[in-house]
Amino acid sequence: MTTFTAPTIAWAQLAPVLIVLGAGVIGVAVEAFVPQRLRRVVQVVLTLTATAGSLLAVALLWGGVHKSGGTRLFDGAYILDGPALVLQGIVVVLALLALLVIADRSEIGEDAFAPSAAAVPGSDYEQLARRKGLVQTEVYPLVLFATGGMMIFPAAGDLLVMFVALEVLSLPLYLLSGLARRRRLLSQEAAMKYFLLGAFASAFFLFGAALLYGFAGSIKLADIAAATSTVRGMDSLLFGGLAMLLVGILFKVGAVPFHAWTPDVYQGAPTPITGFMAACTKASAVGVLLRVAYVVLPGLRWELRPVLWTIAILTMVVGTVIAIVQTDIKRMLAYSSIAHAGFILTGVVAWNERGISGVLFYLLAYGVATVGAFGVVSLVRETNDAGEILGEATHLSQWAGLGKRSPVLAGVFALFLLSFAGIPLTAGFTGKFAVFTAAVAGGATPLVIVGVLASAAAAFFYVRVIVLMFFTDSAGTAGERTTVVRSEGLTAVAIGVGAAATVLLGVLPTPVLTLVTQAAKFIP
Amino acid sequence: MQASSGFPWLTALIVLPILGAGALWALPAASRRLARPIALGVSLAVLVLGAAMALQFDTVTAGTHQFSELVSWIPAFGVTYAVGVDGVGLLMVLLSVVLVPIVVLAAWREQGEDVGRLRHYLALVLVLEAFMIAVFSARDVFLFYLLFEAMLIPVYFMIGGFGGAQRRYAAVKFLLYSLAGGLVMLAGVIALYVNGPGGEHGFLVDNLVGVHLPVSTERLIFLAFFLAFAIKAPMFPVHTWLPDAAQNAPAGTSVLLVGVLDKVGTFGMLTLCLPLFPHASRWAAPAIVVLAVVSVVYGALLAISQQDIMRLIAYTSVSHFGFIVLGIFAFSSVSIQGSSFYMFNHGLSTGGLFLLGGMLARRHGGSQRIADFGGLQKVTPVLAGLFLVVGLSVLALPGLSTFISEFMVLVGSYGREAPAAVVATIGVVLAALYILITYQRAFTGPVRSELAGAKDATRRERWVIGPLIAVMLVLGFYPAPALDLLREPARITIEQVGVRDTVPTVHAAAPAGAADTSAASEGGDQ
Repeated sequence: MTTFTAPTIAWAQLAPVLIVLGAGVIGVAVEAFVPQRLRRVVQVVLTLTATAGSLLAVALLWGGVHKSGGTRLFDGAYILDGPALVLQGIVVVLALLALLVIADRSEIGEDAFAPSAAAVPGSDYEQLARRKGLVQTEVYPLVLFATGGMMIFPAAGDLLVMFVALEVLSLPLYLLSGLARRRRLLSQEAAMKYFLLGAFASAFFLFGAALLYGFAGSIKLADIAAATSTVRGMDSLLFGGLAMLLVGILFKVGAVPFHAWTPDVYQGAPTPITGFMAACTKASAVGVLLRVAYVVLPGLRWELRPVLWTIAILTMVVGTVIAIVQTDIKRMLAYSSIAHAGFILTGVVAWNERGISGVLFYLLAYGVATVGAFGVVSLVRETNDAGEILGEATHLSQWAGLGKRSPVLAGVFALFLLSFAGIPLTAGFTGKFAVFTAAVAGGATPLVIVGVLASAAAAFFYVRVIVLMFFTDSAGTAGERTTVVRSEGLTAVAIGVGAAATVLLGVLPTPVLTLVTQAAKFIP
Repeated sequence: MQASSGFPWLTALIVLPILGAGALWALPAASRRLARPIALGVSLAVLVLGAAMALQFDTVTAGTHQFSELVSWIPAFGVTYAVGVDGVGLLMVLLSVVLVPIVVLAAWREQGEDVGRLRHYLALVLVLEAFMIAVFSARDVFLFYLLFEAMLIPVYFMIGGFGGAQRRYAAVKFLLYSLAGGLVMLAGVIALYVNGPGGEHGFLVDNLVGVHLPVSTERLIFLAFFLAFAIKAPMFPVHTWLPDAAQNAPAGTSVLLVGVLDKVGTFGMLTLCLPLFPHASRWAAPAIVVLAVVSVVYGALLAISQQDIMRLIAYTSVSHFGFIVLGIFAFSSVSIQGSSFYMFNHGLSTGGLFLLGGMLARRHGGSQRIADFGGLQKVTPVLAGLFLVVGLSVLALPGLSTFISEFMVLVGSYGREAPAAVVATIGVVLAALYILITYQRAFTGPVRSELAGAKDATRRERWVIGPLIAVMLVLGFYPAPALDLLREPARITIEQVGVRDTVPTVHAAAPAGAADTSAASEGGDQ
């Protein structure tokens, strides 16, 4: 009989994740025990407090991690090093902003979610639920679980924890994607697609993990990294496993050719969830990619370089080119997010510390603008003949002349678009500069040349929206029926913070750059 | 680069217009009537401040950068806020601060009585002024690049929001052309840093000058920079955005766009390309000189055939930018001085011509077609006179400052690039054609009935054009103050490029004493 020795666990190191996941569990209990009319308030307060608390915990942990370089918990299954902690901070900040948008209600008292997700679209029961004013408050714990998974994902030190985190973050997202209040069939279709493709990707990931275990005899990233230089004659296991693992991760990153889900899901999901997904999932998945690339792959970089270069170039080019022909603003932002994944990949394949810090900065810069941009989209609505406010006006033609009627909102949206386009003095430019510099220093100059050309082409479709908003008269176009809905103000806070961060990270990026530079060291 | 202590002149010049723009945007609805006086007041204050700074400038050491400020900005990227001007930079800053009040005055009635809308326009003009001053005084490659790109945004809104019929098309074309060039330059900027000394001041021009780059790297980075500048300048064959932009932008916007902004292109060639990439500059010079000469002749020929007065002026500028680039890449101190002076003069003369074009169009319901005008000489004699004088300055009539610069470019280039200089001279002849033919078609002949009641130049309009003509006349007869600023920088540039200066063979032919003495002093250097 063997004796089991419980490992000593530094619980404090887990605080950011525990707070978020704990609040998620409490949120489930709230659904069961709190009367319905109070649930929304309780859930919103609980969720926002939890994310803010988690952010505080991240901040408190920073000093220790900065000094020691990081800690390995659970015998190396969970690694809290600089990049992991910074990524947790980025995820939780973006989740906090996204939650503000998620929690907001418009002037007619509607949030973005179906009153009763179980009701068949168009059925009497759905009508009844709507009339009764039901609210699907399970959204909040689901977001918290997803956030918790996203925070564990980049800190995972072995493939199993990584897989569990992947599932913890994915499953709530599949559900959330299907909860849109309007265009419910589209939303449910999106959720279905996301789930099926996501399940495939997870299967790839798991199979890759199995092959790598067969190769190295361990699921720990550090052991696999060590085995790449010592074990001979099992290349098919190694490269087969790595390829499958990367498929699973690149699916979440949204890189070509694993991007097919992105436009449909971004378009169909409730807009606040799209913002959450676009910003946070990308940050988390790129974080994992960074860890795999910098811990496991350095010894194999010459072998993998052609593959990763091809993926990066394809991602930039396909994302940009297809975005040019989009007519739906959410689809356009989806393809733009694919293109951004490509720009981020140029930093990943730089394989130097500048690459790590550049990618971390890019994720934050891209994230704040993304949450803000989708926040704006959630406020721009179409109206019917009677002037009643309907769903979101997502067709581009409906944005014509918006700048004349709502100059501030259109101006902020233009700022986000300019940041996506990488115009100087915005966060997007600083981010692009950071990853491109890293890539040139890392010998990936061809990628940078493709990157700048793609940026120039991408500017076209961002600018087109600005032209529509500011230089086009709405008279006689679909833009006449577009209005900006008033809300409780939470979205406005998120948009305002996003805009302020976009300008600050563009003009005075030094504090954040210093932080990510100090954090740019993985421990195996 | 040492930061000099004392009053931060350049920062003050940059901050003041930004504050003015902020004030305009913050104006409460009730007091929007004040928008025009405030904008004019701010721009005049900037002019006075700029003039005061110019008086402090030490002409003897015009080749070194003065009023320098150096503050670390983004140490992680090696970026500093480093500003300072030598003679060339000072002259370009002065050009900016002179033109902005004139543009503000010219825009007085541009939006009719809609002051709320005009307010946005004037605020954008002031923002642009800050960017222009900053870009001409930037001493950090990253800072320069940043401003180079960021200044596109106000211009984009100035064209797209306030321009003519095709404004959206023109604005987008302008932005995309410029961005494409700029982003290619970004790749060059990054490569330059990675190959340079690095560190916290890794982007300072002074630290990058003299860095030895591998031959092919230097050439590639040079080409990345040059492409951006050539689009900006604009040179044949990447000039096609300019006529569209000029045709559809409000006259004042064209003045700033062609008069000042496009100079950033030639200014960049002169102050970044040559010192940073001397070998590559020498390598590329023959091709660039050919392109410059093509620009001179091609721009002039197209100008002659234009129906739209704004397009015509745009094409004359393509021709003139050809002269400027020719002078820069002829690598003689006289031609470089000439080009630097040309940049200043071209801003005044072409700016004046754009404004007059705008005034003409206002008298004919906004039509810019030359064929729609005729006989205006009798109805509006003052306007006709102003047009003629400014037109003559565009064709470089002796006695006006443009003549001196054009002459210096041709004389200076002749020593090294004789065939190019000879062909470029055709441009001078063609200039007479396109200006005089236009004058003939618009101002002479029978008076068109719909123009019979046209008002002559108003007092405001005379104040708009008058100062420009005055400056051109003064510098036409006494160019020494300007040339004193430019002599040292030109000599240093030649040194940095590493070529032997060529002396014009005919000393006595140089006009107006100043050029003569400079040629003589260069003779002494050898």
